[in-house]
Amino acid sequence: MSMEIASNSHYRDHSTARMTKDKLFLGIVIGLAILTISPIVLIIYKLIVKGIKQISFSFIFETTPNTYEAMTALASGERIPGGILNGITGTLLMVVMAALIAIPVGIVTGVYLYENQKKKLAAIVRNTADIIQGTPSIVLGLIAYIWVVKHITMGFSALAGSVSLSIMMLPMIVRSTEETLKMIPNTLKEAALAMGVPYYKVIIRVLIPTGFSGLLTGILLSVSRVIGETAPLMLTALGSTMVNWDLSKPTSAIPLLVWEFYNDPNMVDLIWSTSLLLMGIVLLFNLLSRQFAKSRK
Amino acid sequence: MNSDRITKIVLLSVSMLILLIAGGMVFSLVKGAIPAFQQFGFSFFTSNVWNPTEGKEQYSALPFIVGTLMTSVLALLIALPLSFASSLFLGEYYRGTRAAKIISTMVDLLAGIPSIVYGLWGFYVLRPIMVDLGIGVQGFGVFTAGLILAIMIIPYATSISNEIIAMVPNDLKEAAYSLGATRLEVIQTVTVPAARSGIVAGYILAFGRAIGETMAVTMLIGNANLIPKSLFSSGNTMASVIANQFGEADGLKLSSLIAIGLILFVMTGIINWLGKYIIKKFE
Amino acid sequence: MMNENTIQINNPVLSVRNLSVAYDQNVAVKNVSVDFKKNAITAIMGPSGCGKSTLLRAFNRMHELYENIHTTGEIILNGTDIMKLPPIRVRRHMGMVFQRPNPFPTMSIYDNVIAGYKLNGIRLKHSEKDEIVERSLTDVALWDEVKDALFKKGTFLSGGQQQRLCIARALAFNPEVILLDEPTSALDPIATAKIEELLVELKKQYSIIMVTHNMSQAARISDFSLFMYLGEMVEYDKTKVMFTTPKDKRTEAYLTGKFG
Repeated sequence: MSMEIASNSHYRDHSTARMTKDKLFLGIVIGLAILTISPIVLIIYKLIVKGIKQISFSFIFETTPNTYEAMTALASGERIPGGILNGITGTLLMVVMAALIAIPVGIVTGVYLYENQKKKLAAIVRNTADIIQGTPSIVLGLIAYIWVVKHITMGFSALAGSVSLSIMMLPMIVRSTEETLKMIPNTLKEAALAMGVPYYKVIIRVLIPTGFSGLLTGILLSVSRVIGETAPLMLTALGSTMVNWDLSKPTSAIPLLVWEFYNDPNMVDLIWSTSLLLMGIVLLFNLLSRQFAKSRK
Repeated sequence: MNSDRITKIVLLSVSMLILLIAGGMVFSLVKGAIPAFQQFGFSFFTSNVWNPTEGKEQYSALPFIVGTLMTSVLALLIALPLSFASSLFLGEYYRGTRAAKIISTMVDLLAGIPSIVYGLWGFYVLRPIMVDLGIGVQGFGVFTAGLILAIMIIPYATSISNEIIAMVPNDLKEAAYSLGATRLEVIQTVTVPAARSGIVAGYILAFGRAIGETMAVTMLIGNANLIPKSLFSSGNTMASVIANQFGEADGLKLSSLIAIGLILFVMTGIINWLGKYIIKKFE
Repeated sequence: MMNENTIQINNPVLSVRNLSVAYDQNVAVKNVSVDFKKNAITAIMGPSGCGKSTLLRAFNRMHELYENIHTTGEIILNGTDIMKLPPIRVRRHMGMVFQRPNPFPTMSIYDNVIAGYKLNGIRLKHSEKDEIVERSLTDVALWDEVKDALFKKGTFLSGGQQQRLCIARALAFNPEVILLDEPTSALDPIATAKIEELLVELKKQYSIIMVTHNMSQAARISDFSLFMYLGEMVEYDKTKVMFTTPKDKRTEAYLTGKFG
């Protein structure tokens, strides 16, 4: 049947080999894609299997044990006492503080970029935000160390930690605000302006409420990114075995505790549960932000 | 003054804050690095010595620049086929399907895992495998660090190239199909050439990520302050040496760490600018 | 099998039997059976959404690129039922030209013309390539305009030139049939006139089937006309006959501008 078609072409097209190659390539693509996502499954699996048994009421509501307590518990085969309350409160303190700094500045800057799309200065601000966003978090830790630890609090402090985290959040909020506002139809703004509403009221009453879920998406995503940050906090907040609400004092954080437990052979049992909790919080914020992003569409 | 003018001034002045922060960052890093640069001059970039012994103090960034490049290039090479395959899966073969949604959510979640969790997993899961394979010093080293880094940067490379691949106009692909091409041939001759610069930009940005990653690398690279002799030797990256050595640092050592921070800042700045420039040109 | 509004064609280049195409559950082309004449221009007309492009794209099995489109029936090209062959072996025997000019933007004019050979993994000698490029570009009256710019990107040409380049690309393989899907809808009147002139010239060597939404274009250049409405083939006849004495009321309504 196919002879006629085939004989019409005096060129060999190797079509069977080509079709085989095509199928083979698809197989490779699927295989590699599955391989790519396998770490996330393996990591979460490992965290749950190793960490779930340590999570309890006291794990969340007690502060970290000292090495001696942990050692004694280990020696007598008991569960390590205490929990990570100091880390939870520290993370809460520093992330809330960082958000309080970064959100207003970030949103205002985002509005500025949106209002001045074509201006050269806006382009400079935008590029600067991108550069800061690409800066490794450890460098931001160094900066907060130089600025806050050495010159303001004269020692490791929660404030220094917050500053490093807020610099990290800032560009993410700036860019997400600008992108969100860009999607709002211009007519909405013009309608309000045409009614003689002052410019600032248009921003506060029209632009920000309309883009609210978009702004929230950006904020939640930036929070989910900084919650897990360890390196800048090592250089700034240092850590503490106590619950601390004083911005000028060294403070712990959940990721800092993971690092401490990792380095202390007696506390190793606690790292999995701590990481599991950290991962859970990060994923929660991540999923929340996705939920808001979805509701916008 | 009317309220509109005030609004404009407030918007402008708050926005200048970010320039001030960036300017302050450069200023503080340069100021902090000056003592080290003055003391060691050009040898800060050429010597292989990191010696904190009092009186014989000598620091150099070279071992860490080399360590950073080795781990990051390795990570990129490992990530390349994986993220390329994933972006073809998401942007070409299964675009818009349930399978793509699941895979893309998972890839996004990879970006959400904290660095320290990657480090732990690398330490307790990956490293023992390396030991069994006889790779590295007790499983530590450039190779192990590069492997974990590869997993960490995959989402960055994938998300950009997947979007760009999905944007390749359908009528170009149909033109190739109408000439008798297989899907693979369409990908080779139409899709990838059309998306090339976007794909490259994605890898450049991912490379920028790899260079600055700290915790996971710190936990796996073996922390040796010298130029790694091979892929399986211990070493340190710029980021990991700062994390490692910062605790006990002051004076010249602190200045040297800040200088390394400055080099890292400049390097990531250039790489990110390059990536964004390519994307912009592409658009 | 054929209804009374259909003309009998002897020795057809392409025959279609009971062809139906469905997007998911929506049938876009219903049970079409038709023969196409060799070395002639056949125009497929109808109001938008009537399934004319869907029908054309079924001929070279483009629908199989999309999972939600299902095609049934027989398509016989020069005596071979091509539905039984792998699509990649079929498509290059039918050149296709699209609505918008779509030269490959990453390839030179030269490479665009021989893209079909490259894509099919056929290795040619330099002299063979040169010959094919010159012949195809001459066929579409583009050779004189671009012969000094063969290695420039095709995207720098004007819209009309780009579309002629796309026709050259489709001709390079000496296809049995050329399928054109509203090839002039994105072009200005002058470029359109050139393409029409070209198609009349090309039918000496090739068999041409084109979808058009432009009745006067069909009247000007086609030898046969096929009128579709709501996925059905309503009428098929010599163009002259159909435009003067349409048999079906719907055809008449369309030709007198009552819809579409």
